[in-house]
Amino acid sequence: MSVPLSLLALLSQGPAYGARIKADFEERTGRAFPLNVGQVYTTLARLERDGLVVADGGPDDEGRIPYRLTDAGRAEVGTWWERPVDRTEPARDELVMKLALAVATPDVDAHAVIQHQRTAAMAHLQRLTRAKLALSAPGSPPQTEPVPTPTSLSDEVVLEHRLYAVESELRWLDHVEGLLLHRRAPQSAPAPSVTLPSAASATAAPSAARPAPDPSTPISRPAAPDTRH
Amino acid sequence: MTEPILQLIDCTRVHGQGETAVRALDGVSVQVQPGELVAVMGPSGSGKSTLLNLAGALDLPTSGQVVISGQSTSQLRPDDLAALRRRKVGVVFQDLNLIPSLTAAENIGLPLELDGRRVSEARRAAVGALHELGLDDLADRYPDQMSGGQQQRVAIARALVGERRLVLADEPTGALDSVTGDGVLAVLRARCDAGAAGLLVTHEARHAGWADRVIYLRDGKVVDEAVGR
Repeated sequence: MSVPLSLLALLSQGPAYGARIKADFEERTGRAFPLNVGQVYTTLARLERDGLVVADGGPDDEGRIPYRLTDAGRAEVGTWWERPVDRTEPARDELVMKLALAVATPDVDAHAVIQHQRTAAMAHLQRLTRAKLALSAPGSPPQTEPVPTPTSLSDEVVLEHRLYAVESELRWLDHVEGLLLHRRAPQSAPAPSVTLPSAASATAAPSAARPAPDPSTPISRPAAPDTRH
Repeated sequence: MTEPILQLIDCTRVHGQGETAVRALDGVSVQVQPGELVAVMGPSGSGKSTLLNLAGALDLPTSGQVVISGQSTSQLRPDDLAALRRRKVGVVFQDLNLIPSLTAAENIGLPLELDGRRVSEARRAAVGALHELGLDDLADRYPDQMSGGQQQRVAIARALVGERRLVLADEPTGALDSVTGDGVLAVLRARCDAGAAGLLVTHEARHAGWADRVIYLRDGKVVDEAVGR
């Protein structure tokens, strides 16, 4: 996330002082990326040093100095809107590393790793969906298409990104599980059913609801020959 | 404890006999309480449709029991089974839910008329059901005068008209765009929050996120369950 460019984007709407910029930033990014005001002033100082913003007059009665964009700053914002964000170098992802190692480590039950992760991800997806419902229609279901205000639309954009990220992760987990079943099944026989510690007691009744998997529980494969190839 | 509206108790369904027998569902137990929405996920051939057919009393288990509003489907005569389906169970399919030559109110009132209620009484109940969903202005529209999302909302209203408290939804957002589909699921969620019991079959994790519990089927068995909230 580029905080400096985001601040420049906010200043393109008109001069503002640091605390106002902090509040606007948080409101317009779904309150998902909190900033402290010191970070804002430090960033403004760097942007001023680089000639992208300039103090717009002296301090007001409360000692606050408003900043405005320079022509160079305005050009920088324009370029940011036009240039795609580089997503070709994804961040290091613990889950990807863990699962990649799990499928390559003979004494680890990768199915169980997937199952535990999927349970947690689905519970997270359910919580996010609840949050979305509360956001879009507090107190009642949406009756007609809501007219979004800029702020609620920003909130929704950020929440939807999280929802799609979890959904994507779930689809990926399903796919990896399918790959595992396919690799391990003899070509002529149907895929074996998955047997997990949780499956034996899964009656799907609320009273039998399985607690979230304990991440500290070691996941080890039953003593069976590894037939992967 | 509240009586479940739907119970599948150790249900097995075998299609065919002898060497060609296929065990489509294998010892599955599911309960759905009033106020609960339960999602069923799983790959093709995992038993989702079989489970839905049993839950809707369209099919009977080879062994085990399906209990809908206190009545065991295996112990009912065909006429009584048909009455149970008509009075207690509503179904929402992916599409083709509404009869094109009937208005929304007539579509919703149809199950009541089939059950011997007077036309005026069925109309009153249908208008009431539409009002609860904030869809009053759709009462006299024909399906081809409604959007896909509106049609699916009307289908949900019909699924829960009269004394029906169990709605079975099979990929109800089918060909709808994601925003409209969310609106349909929000209505389903709201009806369950108001006391109905819902069983939602889907292959989309995003849709399952609206449920209180998510059951995973594989090879006819429950292999996992995720509980939100």
